Amino acid sequence: MSVETPDVLVVGAGPAGLAAADAARRAGAQVVLLDAAGDAGGQYWRHLPAERPAADERVLHHGWDKFTALRGQELLTDAQVWLAERHDDRPPTLHVLVGPADGNERTPRTFAPKALVLATGAYERTLPFPGWDLPGVFTAGAAQALAKAERIAVGRRVLVAGAGPFLLPVASSLLRTGAGVVGVFEANGWSRLRKAWTARPAELLSTRHKAGELAGYVRDLARNRIPYRTGTAVIAAHGTDRVTAVTVARLDPEWAPVPGTERRLDVDAVCVSHGFVPRTELAVSAGCGLDAYGAVVTDENGRTSVPGVYAAGEITGIGGADLALAEGVIAGLAAANAATTSAASTSAAGTANVGVTEEQRRARRDNQRFADRLERAHGIRPGWAGWLGDDTVVCRCEEVTAGDLKAGAAATGSRGLRSLKLSTRAGLGVCQGRVCGRTVEELLHRHTGGLLDPGRTASRPLAAFVRMGELAAANHPEESA
Amino acid sequence: MTTTGPARLGPDADPVRPGPTSPITLIVDGEPVRGVEGQTVAGVLLGAGRLTWRTTRHGRPRGVFCGIGVCHDCLVTVNDLADVRACQRRAVDGDTITTGEPQ
Ligand SMILES: Cc1cc2nc3c(=O)[nH]c(=O)nc-3n(C[C@H](O)[C@H](O)[C@H](O)COP(=O)(O)OP(=O)(O)OC[C@H]3O[C@@H](n4cnc5c(N)ncnc54)[C@H](O)[C@@H]3O)c2cc1C
Ligand code: FES
Repeated sequence: MSVETPDVLVVGAGPAGLAAADAARRAGAQVVLLDAAGDAGGQYWRHLPAERPAADERVLHHGWDKFTALRGQELLTDAQVWLAERHDDRPPTLHVLVGPADGNERTPRTFAPKALVLATGAYERTLPFPGWDLPGVFTAGAAQALAKAERIAVGRRVLVAGAGPFLLPVASSLLRTGAGVVGVFEANGWSRLRKAWTARPAELLSTRHKAGELAGYVRDLARNRIPYRTGTAVIAAHGTDRVTAVTVARLDPEWAPVPGTERRLDVDAVCVSHGFVPRTELAVSAGCGLDAYGAVVTDENGRTSVPGVYAAGEITGIGGADLALAEGVIAGLAAANAATTSAASTSAAGTANVGVTEEQRRARRDNQRFADRLERAHGIRPGWAGWLGDDTVVCRCEEVTAGDLKAGAAATGSRGLRSLKLSTRAGLGVCQGRVCGRTVEELLHRHTGGLLDPGRTASRPLAAFVRMGELAAANHPEESA
Repeated sequence: MTTTGPARLGPDADPVRPGPTSPITLIVDGEPVRGVEGQTVAGVLLGAGRLTWRTTRHGRPRGVFCGIGVCHDCLVTVNDLADVRACQRRAVDGDTITTGEPQ
């Protein structure tokens, strides 16, 4: 099969990937930008499809002009990277299938770029609670994606709950999609939020437009008389074949439910998000090092631990779209620089000037500080396990309960994550532990008194589900032609 | 009109002012379900007010959870091809969808 060899290959056309590809092109590199989705924008700038263009898309968006400026680039859509094949002496070879999602007749393409930028973003982390597998319980991101790309409201009486500022735009989008929002409940109490957000106010000046964005969402809540409660969580969802009500309760600062504070609310949908997890499958198979949060480690030029491989955006840590943009520009410039200058001169130049301006570096630093506050204000606290029952499903795919995990750990006496996953089946279903991986690991860590091999949940050989027939065709293209 | 569950906002009430669209029809478990061009299969189903379309091994109903292709809760069979994520697959006029729901 013919292997394409662009200067720079950028995976992901969200804010980070768009900025990286644009910067690399401006620096004179020949760039291929691709995304598994049908259009540019990533999670942040998700919008109605080309078949259904909207006259006033910016009603649902921030920075839409920035997106308009970046989206004109050439983009390979419906392009799923499913494997990064590692080499010792050069960036990995990426295997891509182009065509309708989960199809069986997609076109295989193979890229061996001189430099690779991974900008694959993040997905949500939703903690389990009794009834969270009932239809009508969604991640907050699902509600956001359906509102933005389909103009669908997930329900008429919707509760938004979890942790983090992301809950606010979700509530705003729901309101603008015709849903009623019964409340927005943040797990963290005022004292933690205040401490994290009011410390060193001067630092926030450079990112003050974010405060403006958040203030807009808060106005939406006020105008619609929607309560924003802190130190409060959904601890159970009720219904037989769909959610009809939830129990909410006050939480202590460590997120343990406070007994006696439970209240029942009627809803037809609940949208829950407790944070985000970097989408690192490709980075891991390329051999890139991860930090303790499971994010790809990069230097100030966006270089990962693997030569020729760069990363930008939420794959390197959760910090929002502005940080993703700032990191994208730098990684794009550095990748273009590495790909278009000879190997000798790049290594001689080291981390020195790759064409990044001081202002671009400052944008990255300022937004990085904002990201640190996010974690200090909204990061998950351990008390949540207090709202689990023994019969609460933890792994949705294999329907493994919290009680099964406890029993599995007790019965085997094992402290190996891998062997416990094999014996309980937790995290081994079709989503490959993307939804429950960290949760399973945390719970087993507690039940075993400490796992001997933590972190294995992050390693998955294939970045996406591929059919055997397509695999065979990708290896023997002449036979399928 | 039902007053509970998912719903698609009509273009007349929509502040983003979507342009004109072509209607499409999917055949879902033998019944026609209408949507518009550019929607995903999950979008068409939810827009028609349907919240679930799969049953787990333990008999539990499922529909959309993550909405972005991660959880695999939303699997359907499209034109005889099993295990397609409804939230990721663009709906094409005339597609035959088989759900895992008992009928
Ligand atoms: C569902 C969801 C909704 C969100 N909505 C908002 C919001 O409304 N407001 C907000 O402030 N923040 C939102 N966020 C947070 C958001 O992740 C960031 O603010 C921002 O989008 C990060 O930009 P990024 O470029 O790093 O990644 P993303 O925007 O996530 O872009 C990554 C892109 O990479 C592509 N990709 C990943 N893996 C592959 C692969 N193997 N092959 C091909 N393509 C691949 C994806 O399709 C995606 O388009 C949302 C997050 C999620 C998960
Ligand atoms: S809803 Fe999660 S993959 Fe479709």
